[in-house]
Amino acid sequence: MADAKVIPFGEEPRAKRRPGRTARGRTGRVPTALAPVPAQREEERARTGQEGRQEQAGDGAAAGAPAGAAAGAGGWERKLAHGLNFLRRRVTGEYEVDDFGYDQELTDQVIMSLLRPFKEKYFRVEVKGIENIPEKGAALIVANHSGTLPVDGLMLQVAVHDHHPAGRNVRMLAADLVFMLPLINELSRKLGHTLACTEDAQTLLERGEVVGVMPEGFKGIGKPFSDRYKLQRFGRGGFVQTALRAGAPIVPCSIVGAEEIYPMLGNSKTVARLLGIPYFPLTPSWPWLGPLGLVPLPTKWTIQFGEPIPTDGYSPEAADDPMLMFNLTDQVRETIQHTLYKLLVQRRSVFF
Amino acid sequence: MGRKALILGKVVLVTGVARQLGGRFVRRVQREPDVDRVIGVDAVPPEHHLGGADFLRADIRHPTIGRVLAEHSVDTVIHMDVNGTPLGKRGSRASVKETNVIGTMQLLGACQKTPSVKRLVIKSSTNVYGSAPRDPAVFTESTPPKSLPSGGFAKDVVEVEGYVRGFARRRPDVAVCVLRFANILGPCADSPLAEYFSLPVLPTVLGFDPRLQFVHEDDAIEVLRMAAGEPARSTLNSGTFNIAGDGVLLLSQAARRLGRPTLPFFLPTVTWVGSALRSVGALDFSPEQVRLLTHGRVVETTQMRETLGFRPRYSTPEAFADFARSRGPGLLPPETLARTVDRIAALMPAGSGQN
Repeated sequence: MADAKVIPFGEEPRAKRRPGRTARGRTGRVPTALAPVPAQREEERARTGQEGRQEQAGDGAAAGAPAGAAAGAGGWERKLAHGLNFLRRRVTGEYEVDDFGYDQELTDQVIMSLLRPFKEKYFRVEVKGIENIPEKGAALIVANHSGTLPVDGLMLQVAVHDHHPAGRNVRMLAADLVFMLPLINELSRKLGHTLACTEDAQTLLERGEVVGVMPEGFKGIGKPFSDRYKLQRFGRGGFVQTALRAGAPIVPCSIVGAEEIYPMLGNSKTVARLLGIPYFPLTPSWPWLGPLGLVPLPTKWTIQFGEPIPTDGYSPEAADDPMLMFNLTDQVRETIQHTLYKLLVQRRSVFF
Repeated sequence: MGRKALILGKVVLVTGVARQLGGRFVRRVQREPDVDRVIGVDAVPPEHHLGGADFLRADIRHPTIGRVLAEHSVDTVIHMDVNGTPLGKRGSRASVKETNVIGTMQLLGACQKTPSVKRLVIKSSTNVYGSAPRDPAVFTESTPPKSLPSGGFAKDVVEVEGYVRGFARRRPDVAVCVLRFANILGPCADSPLAEYFSLPVLPTVLGFDPRLQFVHEDDAIEVLRMAAGEPARSTLNSGTFNIAGDGVLLLSQAARRLGRPTLPFFLPTVTWVGSALRSVGALDFSPEQVRLLTHGRVVETTQMRETLGFRPRYSTPEAFADFARSRGPGLLPPETLARTVDRIAALMPAGSGQN
């Protein structure tokens, strides 16, 4: 908890603060202006369609000319062919989605490449204990939830996708609000997310997927900055019941760094009620600076996956035993909380 | 198939035969070896032929239907007259609702009074689940809907199923089979969604890409036939079953495969567009249709496979492809788009090679 008392704004030496601020300024403008990661190029081209493609091709030719390396040109051509193939499938609709609307091709090739710069360059996510997620078969990742906007869920998904040897895609369970908002619901479904309800979680686990859940829900994500890294109540423990029914191991996951991306200093309940949302955050920059307030602080993140808690040793009736449910829920909660404290002690500063 | 020949001279009564699907089913069920007689019933005479089946012009909203059942000692009733849209352009929504709800009540009342009735099949719809953002992504037969449909066809179906459950309680000797069909598509299906997909430009809801599921009409006929006969070995054809082809298509994907451009509207304005289209008579774009095109609906079909023992011949994409073939090319045929991309692909490496 020692760490939570340190409020790093303005208290850091100037030399330290400056790079943080410039990084923020640079990356803040538009997400696409972020980090010219080579993998991103072809996806963007495929996404932006014809003009974008021609522009990029000119770009590629210009970049290739000074280098003059034949190998580089070959790589480009291969990428181009790949991108065009992708585009061809997209415009003709010849791709597949699963029952939940998960569009694997779009996720792998486009959305992940857009999110990856955030994970690698912006939040510099350090991933620990990825081996705790099984190579195959169902598992339920239970993580803490924070940060005003659910960026942590997205980063968790990218982290598992990029670091897991089998490249597994976590199927996140999202709040119903996500599925009411236009555009967000569409992207969410295409990323493989689904509504946080027992039926969907059960179905996904039975199909042998890795499911990610943040049982704190709005209580966790919308808690004030002063309560950071204090785990809230874990719902009614429905996630334990679902894991027990499916016999899927529970992987506790602690995310450090997400708490500080939008320090929520206040909550305007009136505006929230007017807009019909659970909370309306007031941060040092939101809503005072308008859209600029949406730029998250470039904190340094750590995502730690803990030892899986097996659930296949219990009898089938165990899922209906409330005492066992509470105990298991507490066990998972304690594990995450302790890991959070441990990571906080190890952390040098919020931004590095 | 372990079809029993014990029941000699089976008499099948089919309602709603003036529709394409009803007509096709009558023609199909007549070819069954154990079916002796098929009686088609509707309030208007069908335009298509019924393949030699008897047609009786009777309105199921009137008690006369009871006399028909008793006179011909009907033993199997296939109730297909539960529809979302009126037949032809003249019918009104009110008369459709009356046929759906009052018609079903009368028919069930008549069935209850007729001891010869042994089997009842209802053509229901997955509309009973509604579609809401708070619903689970995949509905099973036992999922209660989070928000009950407030009106329109979906509410009719909920009520119809309620009456059917009541009937099943009062006549436990009758095998009752409720088939909840996903959107039926095919070369001659006349469902509201088929009309929607025939528009040159598809109005969609901005920021929503619903998941849709389809059943091919051939599969619909086949599963109705299975439900109308004796169950095969180790299967059960009474109960409630979701009927849908495998797989899912997103609306955007469907539009691309069909080659029709989409025109997104904000959710509030899409209802105005819908009512405008409806008043012009272009198509039935009811509020529940808008909800389906906003949130989509997917059902679990394990029961259909394992208990009913039915395996659809067409998956959702295949059923849609067959429908697309029957409709002719749209404004942006996928073949043309693919060719354009190929042409650009052919140009590209040449361009960079020259540099």
